[in-house]
Amino acid sequence: MTGQRTSRVAGAVAPAGAPLLRTDQLARHFRIGSGWRRQVLHAVDDVSLTVGEREIVALAGESGSGKSTIARLLARTYKPTSGEIYFEGRPLSQLRSRRDMLRYRGDVPMVFQDPFASINPVFRISHGVLRSLKLHRPELSAQQRREEAERVFTAVGLTPPDEALQRFPHELSGGQRQRVGFAQALAMRPKLILADEPVSMLDVSIRIGLLNLMTQLRDEQGVSILYITHDIASARYVADRLIVMYAGQIAEQGTIEDVLADPRHPYTQLLLSAVPDPKAELNVGAETDRGEPPKVINPTPGCRFRWRCPLAIAICHEVTPRLAELAPGHDAACHVAQSGAEVKAFSP
Amino acid sequence: MSSLLSNEQPQSSPGGRRPGAILEVRDLSVDYVMERGIVRAVQDVSFDVAPGEFVGIVGESGCGKSTLLFAIAQLLAPPAGIVGGTVIFEGENLVGLTDKQLTLVRWRDMSVVMQSAMNALNPVLSIAAQFADAMRAHGVTSKPEIAERSAEVLKMVGIDPVHLHSYPHQLSGGMRQRSMIAMAMLFTPDLVIMDEPTSALDVVAQRSMMVQIKELQQQFGFAVIFVTHDMSLVRHFTDRLMVMYAGQVTESGGTRQMFERPLHPYTVGLMEAFPSIHGPRVPLTGIPGSPPDLANPPEGCRFAPRCPQVMDRCHTTAVPMQTLDGEQVRCLLYENGEVPG
Repeated sequence: MTGQRTSRVAGAVAPAGAPLLRTDQLARHFRIGSGWRRQVLHAVDDVSLTVGEREIVALAGESGSGKSTIARLLARTYKPTSGEIYFEGRPLSQLRSRRDMLRYRGDVPMVFQDPFASINPVFRISHGVLRSLKLHRPELSAQQRREEAERVFTAVGLTPPDEALQRFPHELSGGQRQRVGFAQALAMRPKLILADEPVSMLDVSIRIGLLNLMTQLRDEQGVSILYITHDIASARYVADRLIVMYAGQIAEQGTIEDVLADPRHPYTQLLLSAVPDPKAELNVGAETDRGEPPKVINPTPGCRFRWRCPLAIAICHEVTPRLAELAPGHDAACHVAQSGAEVKAFSP
Repeated sequence: MSSLLSNEQPQSSPGGRRPGAILEVRDLSVDYVMERGIVRAVQDVSFDVAPGEFVGIVGESGCGKSTLLFAIAQLLAPPAGIVGGTVIFEGENLVGLTDKQLTLVRWRDMSVVMQSAMNALNPVLSIAAQFADAMRAHGVTSKPEIAERSAEVLKMVGIDPVHLHSYPHQLSGGMRQRSMIAMAMLFTPDLVIMDEPTSALDVVAQRSMMVQIKELQQQFGFAVIFVTHDMSLVRHFTDRLMVMYAGQVTESGGTRQMFERPLHPYTVGLMEAFPSIHGPRVPLTGIPGSPPDLANPPEGCRFAPRCPQVMDRCHTTAVPMQTLDGEQVRCLLYENGEVPG
């Protein structure tokens, strides 16, 4: 696990083969309530993950599992409570100057979930792209900015670009607006795009187009994408690697085919069993789950999935399981799986 | 639970009038009067719902499926209005009834579950107060009776009755949607209309909600009209499917039959739009393009501009509904009443 590696000296250049982005025991807690009722909500705990170059990593989990909090931590919207984020080997806590922050935000832009709320409705589409170009790439002339905007619009399939740039947001469909979101991110020549549920508000019929765009951006523009979703089927369609989150912690991670073919964590099995599959017969058995992910308030040690887990044993109530490698490149945080027993909690 | 596995087909001729249908929609059309002209959001839609039947209505955003639901429940407000057709519910035409007359039908015999529970529930009233409000509006005034029934329906959807005193913001998204369904069950209606009740939920909550709806439906025998844009979701839960595109019905038939042999190219596109977690990873295309502007619909087939099997005639010929092996389809490919090839 990269998380156990010793932290590199601040400012050191990333050695070859190091991941593009790495987090080391990242945690974010929120204080809620006041006075006697003060409590601490653990939104993200002990998350060590990596994103490589030219890689799409899917971060999957239910609502409230902490996946959007991770996106906001990586976008520097929140500061971590503890832990560190390394981008190209440099710890983000060392970024102080406005120039460094701007450069990081240009390297790691975000695409938001709601295409209807994330574009300013009173300006033409060109406004957002040209403005971020001016801010992040001040060396470009007005003419070059225009050409660059047309280039990224062509790259995301908004053609003809000169016409698309002149439109107002209300003239575009949801799918086209989300393409604008990707174009704006692309204009900054990013290395990693944080995509927080970019297709969940779109119709099923046009989701595929956006997913295809994401793989195309990886293959042709060489960007990495952190794809945050609760839809495992779409994750499988685009991603190289899958990280499954539960209640603020990583439950399982590995290459997407490994995890889907042989899920080791009971929660991953639950997620897979819930994916509607029209080609298979309906499988409703005794293991149907009615639970919900807990709000992790003032947690005590123990597996956070134990209340919903049909396989929970004594140790699960006492010791928090840590991620351990069960097969090459395939980790799970489950006591039962780590003991070598076969885990079959929910059948897909 | 095992009965869930049998996806039985009702013995029916879809579209044809069946004896004892509780809902008969005939040639229903809805217009929105806009500044830029009249938009016909629903055009000549006809279908029946039998008692206890689970009917799915599928289509993209803007295809008129929500407008159709609102028209059936007589909930349309200007600028939308019904401009033609009838909605006969349990023998009575609802179109043109006054609000007072509709009150007798609504919620007692027909209830509606809206898409967003967060918007449909009143944020400043407890769940109990909102349930009581609905019951008082329909003549139940005894406090013990209201309390008893409220607790009962909440238990039916798997929520502990202590949550009667919770406010909507204190419940999770799944619990809010469940309490909406509980509210729809207060009078054990004969028909429950659901407008994408699971679209705001994640996969696990969505799945358990679908199973729950199906269980309640089998227990109490009410009919369901379920609107969604996700065909894979309704595959195992509906008896019949109706696919809508640009305000028209493009295909309708038994769910199993439609999944085994989708006829309309739009239905095929919808089915191939979602990736699977099993089998090989295959590149998909979805349905490129977007639905037409209904203020200015294309001549001929409305799907022609996006259709992979489009023919020259599709752009000019208005396409009538054809009946084929008990299924209905609006496509020139099946003009001769048979499946080509």
